[in-house]
Amino acid sequence: MRLPELVPDPVELPAHLAELRAEVRSFLDAERAAGAWTPRADVWLSGWDPGFSRRLGERGWLGMTIPVEYGGHGRSALERYVVTEELLAAGAPVAAHWIADRQIGPSLLRFGTEEQRTAFLPGIARGEIYFGIGMSEPDSGSDLASVRTRAERVDGGWELTGTKVWTSGAHRAHAFFALVRTSPPDEANRHAGLSQLLVELDRPGIEIRPIPLLTGAHHFNEVRFDRVFIPDSRVFGEIGHGWAQVTGELAFERSGPERFLSTYPLLAALVGELTAQDGVDAGTRRRIGALVTRVWTLRNMSLAVAGALESGAAPELAAALVKDLGTRYENEIIDAARLLCAVPPDPGAEGGFARLLADSVLHAPGFTLRGGTNEVLRGIVARGMGLR
Amino acid sequence: MTRNTDLARLAESIFADSYEKDATGLDPAAWQACADAGLTTLTAPDTGGTLDDAAVLLEAAGAWAARVPLAETDLLGGWLARAAGLEVPDGPLTAVATRVPGGDPSPGTPGGVLTSDGPAVSGTLPRVPWGRSLAAVVVLDADRVLVLDPATAAVTEGANLAEEPRDTLAFSGTAPLATGTAPAGAGAELALRAALARALLLAGAARGALARSIGYAGERRQFGRPIGKFQAVQQMLAEAGAEVAAAAAASAAAARTAQAAGFAAPETLFAVAAAKARCGEAATVVARIAHQVHGAIGFTREHDLRLVTTRLWAWRDEDGNEAHWNDRVGALALDAGADGLWPLVTGRP
Repeated sequence: MRLPELVPDPVELPAHLAELRAEVRSFLDAERAAGAWTPRADVWLSGWDPGFSRRLGERGWLGMTIPVEYGGHGRSALERYVVTEELLAAGAPVAAHWIADRQIGPSLLRFGTEEQRTAFLPGIARGEIYFGIGMSEPDSGSDLASVRTRAERVDGGWELTGTKVWTSGAHRAHAFFALVRTSPPDEANRHAGLSQLLVELDRPGIEIRPIPLLTGAHHFNEVRFDRVFIPDSRVFGEIGHGWAQVTGELAFERSGPERFLSTYPLLAALVGELTAQDGVDAGTRRRIGALVTRVWTLRNMSLAVAGALESGAAPELAAALVKDLGTRYENEIIDAARLLCAVPPDPGAEGGFARLLADSVLHAPGFTLRGGTNEVLRGIVARGMGLR
Repeated sequence: MTRNTDLARLAESIFADSYEKDATGLDPAAWQACADAGLTTLTAPDTGGTLDDAAVLLEAAGAWAARVPLAETDLLGGWLARAAGLEVPDGPLTAVATRVPGGDPSPGTPGGVLTSDGPAVSGTLPRVPWGRSLAAVVVLDADRVLVLDPATAAVTEGANLAEEPRDTLAFSGTAPLATGTAPAGAGAELALRAALARALLLAGAARGALARSIGYAGERRQFGRPIGKFQAVQQMLAEAGAEVAAAAAASAAAARTAQAAGFAAPETLFAVAAAKARCGEAATVVARIAHQVHGAIGFTREHDLRLVTTRLWAWRDEDGNEAHWNDRVGALALDAGADGLWPLVTGRP
């Protein structure tokens, strides 16, 4: 009997991180007291606030793992983890800098040219340059290898034609990485012939059209390229290596605290509503306990993956497990909130329980889709366990 | 922290060598091998062993359904005797708490009642783990600790769902082997130690059930191919994998918290309560999926899947079930309130 290894070794957060955590908490307390923003659910989609992003940048809490020479702060992945989880738990508006800070920075460091790093990393660390993701297309969801957007070789660069969808914040972001086909599809090797281009979104020939969310908010976009010229200086990494590069990005994307904290502000609000009541029955107390037990467990799993990433491992299977379990958990909070506290969801409220509930319900379908559907993730897990 | 891989290898080799799917009761050869390797006193003060080491050992014991009371001897009986200033007897031990009027008995373990007549004690201790095979049972009786010899008791054999001994010991005018004074908080610590040990065993049994299921899904053929090639089966096993991973992470984190902060710390109560509840929840899902994957053969005595799934079912109810520990976590969360909840989850800074 061979026992499967599913999660990396547990991680002990170094003691000095408690100070950093306390600093972030008092900053967030002061911001809330000043009414700078209202806590929201699913903030990495719903909370676009460039002012807040710049204030984080001033404090050194963006680009934390980027080396100092590129305008970053040369801190550890676990220090960044602490800041990130505090922001998400508080429901702070992190959407503007989110993708740039989470995955574009690390990717630029791994695959970018010196010129690309110098051009983008300092602005990312200041909270002034924002990125989207240009992976998905109308006919490719989790099946990323099926992308059809095509880049043709032209003098001095590439000419881009095709359509990307679900690009977060493309109407406000400065750039995104587009996963494109640089040679014709090969059915024998579906991952070949893909490349990444760094596309600045103000180039001629780009058309950006909103795809409103269920809430009516404008976050997603369709981005169309009509023979858009991308100079050689904006080729990202190596031509033909797009698939390997993107897979690396996804490991960062799948296991972070955003995969189980989207509805945490609603759980905190639910506890607030219940403590305001006289007496809570045992069934309610147990249900709250079960939700807290789960978030604590998920956090320990996610930290273990973060620790493994920091030491250079790529725990793809563990990351997929965290995302599968975490995103289902985000939905469990919604049902508990609905059933334990009979307040109708109110999408028009300024904030508070009714608004958090409304936004959580309307955002919920996305939790188990973005970054790979849970069904596809379970396929990755099955492969990791030797079944495929 | 790097886990103790040498210890994991040693433990697995002992448990794999002594694996015997049709036997029940204490395995004397495995016990001797563990004792010779120092595994029966792993966390005693002079050994340098930690609760993180105990976590590695118990997880392996759970995965292999090892028939040795390692947790009961080292984490419970040995600890309680030592905490009361008593010499720790050699051989298999356990610790139980009697029911104290108005007190909080060890959850999920029915506390007995003892009465004293001079130094002699009489009374019944129900469902004592491994009772028939113990060198001594260490009893927490209100503010005193008694070391009793089960050979002086009338033993009524009983079992849990996994056929592990859970025996009733009736004492009548027995002189204890030793008597000491219980330290403050001994009852609460005993309950937490038992729950932590059980959570680690559950995490191991869940991993053992998953391993057997993955193996079976690769061998068993239906409709012309191994059932593990069917997406529906893969999806179920991946769901079980997530539960196994959650149980492992929760129980290991609780052991680490207890090691770092001690059992009296509020964060240890929170972590152990959360771990036992989470492992109990995982047990239900993993056992269900393991049996579904195994089909009818797993539902029989002849297949060894039962060794781990019956333990999952037994252990989720021993030392406090999910309702008990989720209730404790829920109470802590509601006390913390909306603003205190996140500090509770992250450990007080």
